[in-house]
Amino acid sequence: MKSNSRPRTILRTYPYWFYLPAALVFGVFFVVPTMLAFYFSLTRWTLFDATFIGLDNYERFLNDPQLMAGLRNTFIYAVITSGLKVIISLPLAMLLTSSLRLKGLLRGIIFFPVLVSTVAVGITFASLMQPSVGLINTVLGALGLPRPDWLGNPGLALYSVALVDVWKGIGIATVIFIAGILSIPLDFFEAARLEGETWVKFRYVILPLARNATFTVILLSFIGGLRTFDLIWTMTRGGPGFASDVLTSVIYKQYQAGFYGLSVAGNVVLFILVTIIVYPLMRFFNRAELEL
Amino acid sequence: MTVRKFIVSVWLDVTALIIIGTIFVVPFMFIFLTAAKTGPEAALFQFTWPSQFQFFENLREVLEFGDRRMLLALWNSTILTVGSVTLIVLLSALVAFVMQRRRDRMASVVNSIMLAGLIIPPAVVPTIFVLQQVGLYKTLIGLILVEVAFTMPFATLIFRTFMASIPGEIDEAAIIDGASPLQVFFSVILPLLRPAIVTVIVVSSVAIYNDFTGPLYFLPGGQNVTAQLTLYSFISQFSSRWHLLFADVVIITIPPLIMFMFFQRQIVSGMTAGAIKG
Amino acid sequence: MIRKFLFLLLLLVLETSVAAAQDAVTLTYLVDDTQNSQDTAQALADAYMAEHPNVTITIETRPGGTEGDNIVKTRLATGDMTDIFFYNSGSLLQALNPAQTLVDLSDQPFIENIVESFLPTVSQDGQIFGVPTGTAMGGGILYNRNIYEELGLSVPLTWAEFEANNAAILEAGIPPVLATFGDTWTSQLFVLADYYNVEQAVPGFADAYTANEAKYATTPAALAGFTYLQEGYEQGWWQPDYATTRFEQGLALLANGEVAHYPMLTFALSTIAANFPDQVNDIGFFAQPGTDAEANGATIWMPAATYIPQTTQGAKLEVALDFLGFIASVEGVDAITAAVAPNGPYLIVGSTLPDTVLPAVQDLAAYIDSGNSYPALEFLSPIKGPNLEQICVAVGTGQMSAEEAAASYDLDVERQAQQLGLPGWD
Repeated sequence: MKSNSRPRTILRTYPYWFYLPAALVFGVFFVVPTMLAFYFSLTRWTLFDATFIGLDNYERFLNDPQLMAGLRNTFIYAVITSGLKVIISLPLAMLLTSSLRLKGLLRGIIFFPVLVSTVAVGITFASLMQPSVGLINTVLGALGLPRPDWLGNPGLALYSVALVDVWKGIGIATVIFIAGILSIPLDFFEAARLEGETWVKFRYVILPLARNATFTVILLSFIGGLRTFDLIWTMTRGGPGFASDVLTSVIYKQYQAGFYGLSVAGNVVLFILVTIIVYPLMRFFNRAELEL
Repeated sequence: MTVRKFIVSVWLDVTALIIIGTIFVVPFMFIFLTAAKTGPEAALFQFTWPSQFQFFENLREVLEFGDRRMLLALWNSTILTVGSVTLIVLLSALVAFVMQRRRDRMASVVNSIMLAGLIIPPAVVPTIFVLQQVGLYKTLIGLILVEVAFTMPFATLIFRTFMASIPGEIDEAAIIDGASPLQVFFSVILPLLRPAIVTVIVVSSVAIYNDFTGPLYFLPGGQNVTAQLTLYSFISQFSSRWHLLFADVVIITIPPLIMFMFFQRQIVSGMTAGAIKG
Repeated sequence: MIRKFLFLLLLLVLETSVAAAQDAVTLTYLVDDTQNSQDTAQALADAYMAEHPNVTITIETRPGGTEGDNIVKTRLATGDMTDIFFYNSGSLLQALNPAQTLVDLSDQPFIENIVESFLPTVSQDGQIFGVPTGTAMGGGILYNRNIYEELGLSVPLTWAEFEANNAAILEAGIPPVLATFGDTWTSQLFVLADYYNVEQAVPGFADAYTANEAKYATTPAALAGFTYLQEGYEQGWWQPDYATTRFEQGLALLANGEVAHYPMLTFALSTIAANFPDQVNDIGFFAQPGTDAEANGATIWMPAATYIPQTTQGAKLEVALDFLGFIASVEGVDAITAAVAPNGPYLIVGSTLPDTVLPAVQDLAAYIDSGNSYPALEFLSPIKGPNLEQICVAVGTGQMSAEEAAASYDLDVERQAQQLGLPGWD
C-alpha cells in the first residue's frame, strides 16, 4: 500500500503542467521555427507565400563559391578561436593560481571583456586596427615591425576578427581552467614539487587532470565560433568583398537581400554543421560534461 | 624568504600586471580618451590625453541626439532585460523542479531537448515568420518571448543541477502539511534556489542586455531601438563623429561595469557552471 | 429653396473640411542618413510647415545601401512604415511590390507637374507612386580640377585616355582613383556608371537583360565595368587604406586634392559643398569614358522619390498628398535649392537651376543639354542583384577576376528575378 502511495504523491507534487508555460514559449519560439526552417529551405519564399522548389536552394549554396567560402571560413574561425583560447588560457590560469599577489585583480581584468557588448568591442578594435593611424600599427611601426592592414587585407581580415574574439573570450576560458586547476587535490602538487620543476607540474599534474576543463573550453569556444555573428558583422560585415563571411553573416545577407528561402537553407546548413561536429565531440568529451 | 626570491616574485607580479594591463586595459582607456575628445581630434585615433576635455559634453550630446533616442533605447533595454529574466527564472525553475524530482522517461526527454536547445543555433527568419503569425513581430513582448526561449535551456540546466542538492524530503514534508504543488514551489523551493537564481539572473541579464542579433532581426524600426542597436545605427550616422560613437560605447558599458563590481563572484561561478552556453 | 439648402450644405462641408485641415497633424518622414537626403527632406518639411502651421513633419533616418533596403522592405511588409518615405526610384522601388503596398497617385493633379520621362521609374501596373524629390544625378567621375591643371591633363574621352591620365597622376605621386570600400555601396560605380557605354555598344541591352537573354559575363561591353575595377586594383590606382576608407573620409581626400578621381554620383557634391565650401569649386565631373571618343556620354540617375504607404489614412493621407503636391511644385524645388546645392536638373516642370550652380553640375548639364546622356540600367530594368556591392569590392581588392565577378553577378541577378517572379527566369 505504502509503496503505491508514494508515486501517487510524487505525481501530485510534481505535476506535468509545470512544464506547460515553458513548453509553450520554447515550443512556439524555438521548436516550431526550427521545424519550419526545414520546410522553408525547400521553397522560394517571400514571407507571404512560398513556392516549393525542392533542393534548389541547397544546390545554389553548394555551387556558389562565395557561400562555400562562408562555410569554410566558419570552420576556420571556430578552429582558430578555440585553439588559441586553450593555448593562451591554460598558462594564464596557471599563472593566476600561483602565488601571485595580484592574481585577484588580474583575474578581474581578464574577465571583464566577457561582459562588454560585442558590438562595442568590435567598434573599438576596428579603430585600434586602422591601418595607417590605429594604435596597434602605430606601436608596431615604432618597434620597426610590419604594419598590416588588419581588416582591409582580404587574406587577413578573418584572422584579425578571430584575434579580437580570443581577446574578448579568453576570460571565460581562463576561469574554467582556474576552476579545473583548483579542483586538483593538493597532494598531487606536493608529489610534483619533489621533482621541483614547473614543467613537471604542468606535464604530469595539470595537463592530465585539467583535461576535463580543456574539453569544456574547446567545446564551448567551438560552438561559439561556429555561431559567431556580432563581432564579424560589426567589424567587417563579412568583407572586404566576401573575405570574412561566415555562415551567420551569409544568412543575414541573404535575409537582407530578401532571399528568405536561401537564408533559411543557410541556417539549416549551420544546424547540420553544428550537430555533426558538436555531438560527436560531446560524446567524446562526455566526462568533461559530467564535471559540469 | 630570501631577498632574491622576493625580488623574483615581485618581478613576476609586475611583469604580469604590465602585460595583462596593456592588453586588456588599454582598449578601455582608448574608449574613454576618444569619448572625451573633440570630433576632429577623435578622428585621429591617437592614444593621447584630449587637448580639450569634453567627456561630459559628449555624453550629453549623445543622450540628446535625435529626440533622446538613447534614453528610449536604454529604457527599452531595461524592459527587455527585466521582463525576459523574470520569465526565464520562473519558467526554467518550474521545469527543473519537476524534471529533477521525477527523473522519469519524460524528464530525460525534456533534458535532451534542453541540451539540444543549448547547441542548435536558432532559425532566425522562420522565427520572424512565427512572430508575424502571432502578431508579435517588432514588439518588445515578442522579443522578450524569443529571448526567453533562447536562454531557457541554459537556466534550466543550472537549476536542475542545483535542485539536486535540495533533499526531496523537504517537499514531502510540505505536502503532508497540506501545501499544494504551487505553494511547495513558491514558498519552499524558490527560496532555497536563491544562489542559483542569482547566478541565472546575473548571467542571463548580461547576455540579454548585450544581445545584438535578437533586436537586429526581431525588433527593427525607429521606436524600438535597444542600447546595442543605437551603437550599430550610430556607426553609419556618426560616420565621422568618432567622439560621439565612443561616448555611446561608454554609456553602454556602464551597466555591465556596475554588474561586474557587485556580482563578480556570481558571474564568474555562474559562467563556469553554465559554461556550455558559451 | 433647394438651392439655398444646397448652398448651406456646401458651406457646412467646407466649414468642416477647413476645420479638419486645421486640426494638428503630424507626419513622420523616413529618409536615408546621407547628409544630402536629410537636408533635402528637412528643407521641404520646414518650407511646408511654415505655410501650414497645423502640420508637423518629423524626419526619421535609416541607413543606406542593402541594409536600408531591408528596413524599408520589412517595414512596408509588416505595415509599420512611416506616414511618408523617401526611397529610390527604378528597380529598387519595384522590389517593394508597390502596387500592393503604396498609395496610387495617378489621379492627383500634381502628377502633371512632373517631367514625363520620370514617371516610368515610379510606376507599376499603370499606377504611379512617387514624386521626384531632389535632382537627377550623373554617375561618372568626379575629379579634382587643380590636379588636372597642375599636370596639364585634359578630360578623357576614352578609357585609354583615362588610363594615360592615371599613369601621369600616379607618376606625380598622387593616387589617381579614390576607392571607399568601407562603405560598400560606393564600389559599384565603375559598373553602373558604364551603362551609357553599354547602351552605345549593345542597343537595347536593358530589355534583353530583363528578358533573361543578355548576361554580363557574355556581353563584353557589360563586362567592361568589372574589368575596370580589376584594372584599378592591379594598376595600383587606389589610395592607401582603400579597403576600409569610408565615403565621407573619401570626400575629404578628394576635396583636399589628395586623390584625383572619384567614381561617384553627383549627389556627393552637396556633401562636399556643405563640408568643404572653399574647395567644392575645384571639383569637376566627366562621364565615365568608354572605347569610342565619338560616343562619349553620361549615365543619369533619376532622383529618388517620396511615397505614401497604404497604411497612411484619413487626415494624415490628405496632408501627405498635399505635401507631395508641394514637393512636385516649383515652390518645393526652390525650397530645396535654398538649402542644398543642386546636383543636377530637377524633374519638375517649370523649375530652373540657379545661375550659380557648382562647376561639376555645369559639366553634367552640358552632357544632358547636348543629348549625350542615358538612364542607368536600374531605371530601365526592374532587376538589380543585391550582392553587386560585395562583388565589386571583391574585384576591387583583388580577390576575384572580372570574369568571375560578372558570372557571379549574373547568378545574383537570376535569383533576384526569380524572387520577383518575373517571366522567363524559371
